[in-house]
Amino acid sequence: MSKHTLSVLVENSPGVLARVSGLFSRRGYNIDSLAVGPTENPLISRMTIVINVEGHPLEQVIRQLDKLVNVIHIAEVIDSKSVQAELLMVKISATPKNRFDVEAVVETYEAKIVDEDATSITIEATGDTAKIADLLSALERFGIRELVQSGLIALERGSVTLSERTLSTSGIPIANGVQADYQN
Amino acid sequence: MSKAMNGATSLVKSLESAGVDVMFGIPGGAILPAYDPIFDSSIRHILVRHEQGAGHAATGYAQVTGRVGVCIATSGPGATNLVTPLADAAMDSVPMVAITGQVPSAAIGTDAFQEADIRGITMPFTKHNYLITNPDDIPRAIAEAFHIASSGRPGPVLVDIAKDALQKETTFEWPTSINLPGYHPQLTPDSGAIADAAALITQSSKPVFYVGGGVIKANANRELLQLAELLGAPVVTTLMARGAFPDSHTLHLGMPGMHGTVAAVTALQKADLLITLGARFDDRVTGKLSTFATNAKVIHADIDPAEIGKNRFADVPIVGDVKETISALIPALKKALEKNRPDLTSWLRQMYSLRSTYPLGYDTPADGSVSPQYVIERLGKIAGPDAIYVAGVGQHQMWASQFVSYEKPRTWLNSGGLGTMGYRSRLQLLIMNHLEWYASGRRSSMKVAIQIPILNQSAYQISQCLQKRWVVLV
Repeated sequence: MSKHTLSVLVENSPGVLARVSGLFSRRGYNIDSLAVGPTENPLISRMTIVINVEGHPLEQVIRQLDKLVNVIHIAEVIDSKSVQAELLMVKISATPKNRFDVEAVVETYEAKIVDEDATSITIEATGDTAKIADLLSALERFGIRELVQSGLIALERGSVTLSERTLSTSGIPIANGVQADYQN
Repeated sequence: MSKAMNGATSLVKSLESAGVDVMFGIPGGAILPAYDPIFDSSIRHILVRHEQGAGHAATGYAQVTGRVGVCIATSGPGATNLVTPLADAAMDSVPMVAITGQVPSAAIGTDAFQEADIRGITMPFTKHNYLITNPDDIPRAIAEAFHIASSGRPGPVLVDIAKDALQKETTFEWPTSINLPGYHPQLTPDSGAIADAAALITQSSKPVFYVGGGVIKANANRELLQLAELLGAPVVTTLMARGAFPDSHTLHLGMPGMHGTVAAVTALQKADLLITLGARFDDRVTGKLSTFATNAKVIHADIDPAEIGKNRFADVPIVGDVKETISALIPALKKALEKNRPDLTSWLRQMYSLRSTYPLGYDTPADGSVSPQYVIERLGKIAGPDAIYVAGVGQHQMWASQFVSYEKPRTWLNSGGLGTMGYRSRLQLLIMNHLEWYASGRRSSMKVAIQIPILNQSAYQISQCLQKRWVVLV
């Protein structure tokens, strides 16, 4: 297993997600998760892609991805040099009997209860992949009725930003209003 | 100065501004508004009978002239008929822009009459594509499309335009600069890589130039000739590179791969260095990768970084325009050779001996009938090296690559990567009947003559061949 996390800056234009996911599927690359959303710059969206590159060199995946015209920059995110989180919402069976036990688990994992009724509790948690997996296994004994999970998002530690590092050289104005070179 | 007009006029003005002189197509509902301004424009529209023909004709135009080929079709079935030529152009890195009409923007996504998501369909095999619903976006999209199609590794770009965007009022302003933040093809090779390549070449005693279609795309045939003669190493030219190096040149061993010559195949297999220029280690050349050129180090020069290391590890990767790469390599190699010139005599002797022992050949039928290879060979001799040869796909294509002697680039057209049967009939009948457009620029005194040899093979013979002989290689 060879998992890598990529931060991908893309133009915020229609069809970009289809181009990226289509590329992965037609070249047989495995996506573990993909999260996409807006950034500090309205022209740019950011994707965080966790890929399992068994059988395909990471370099080849990155180069193919980089060929997409709407892809502006790709950076590999190193676990130890970044903060990472997934979002989890999970609905478990709850009875007055086990409610106290559930609350204990929720507290241990710094999760929170966001909804409850007579027979169920919905828990929301954020954290890295390992923490979310641990929480889920701790909740398993209560009976997981439904769960939904987002892809991983990640940000480099320290004051350096991917946007500043790359966008200023690629002809896109960066977030704080500094007008970058627009000429080709 | 911007001027008020409708989107269709803006489209045609954009195409004129992009330098289009000819385009191939068929009108239809959604694209119809664009056909009015075409009448008044300098662009010559060649009406075809099937959109696939328009696409292949555009490909042929591009392959012969080096300019961007343009085809135009309507929405739905018109657009889907362009799918094969777009895939074909993507595989063979042909610069092409396809314009398609789309149903009016309000109808998109409703399964409207003659609606097809051509942008979605063609994502995998266009270099880029657009769906335009705002007429103001037309000039920018067309400018970008031509820039993307013709720069870097060439390829097809599709611009799908909603009918209402063609009809609505807009202003036309041709963009003075192109801003594509995610698109910066690297043209100039890294000087360190050039030095490494030159050093590696001087250490080699069995080098081969493995030349691909990129050399023709980059118009680098003269530079290649210089480089090959400077080193004095043998040259093989792939199916897409026939004509990149003169067949008559002593150093030329022919085409490598499944349908190649014994000398060319052996040269790659026995080489200690492959100097790979604008080629992509296609499976028809390499066969089983694990047994391909096992003793060779690899210098891989290509404009597409994704090709380097895709199929074969490159000891010296060089990303850049192959013309610039060879031009930089020539002085670097000259210098390196002054210090250390490897002796290639015995290597060349071996290869020349293979070439004379195992020349390309064919059997003459015992019943006195004329063999198809003979027909092709004669045709090549009669028409000569200035003629443009167009093949379909299959056995006759291989014969045409083998038994015609190619001396010049852009004289050999075929569907290499995708292997599109019908490529020739669609293209030849259309283009070769309309030759004036490039005869004027290229060979003013050229006589237009079309020879279409019809070879009676009574079977899909290449399939038979593969079944009989080469099945173990596939």
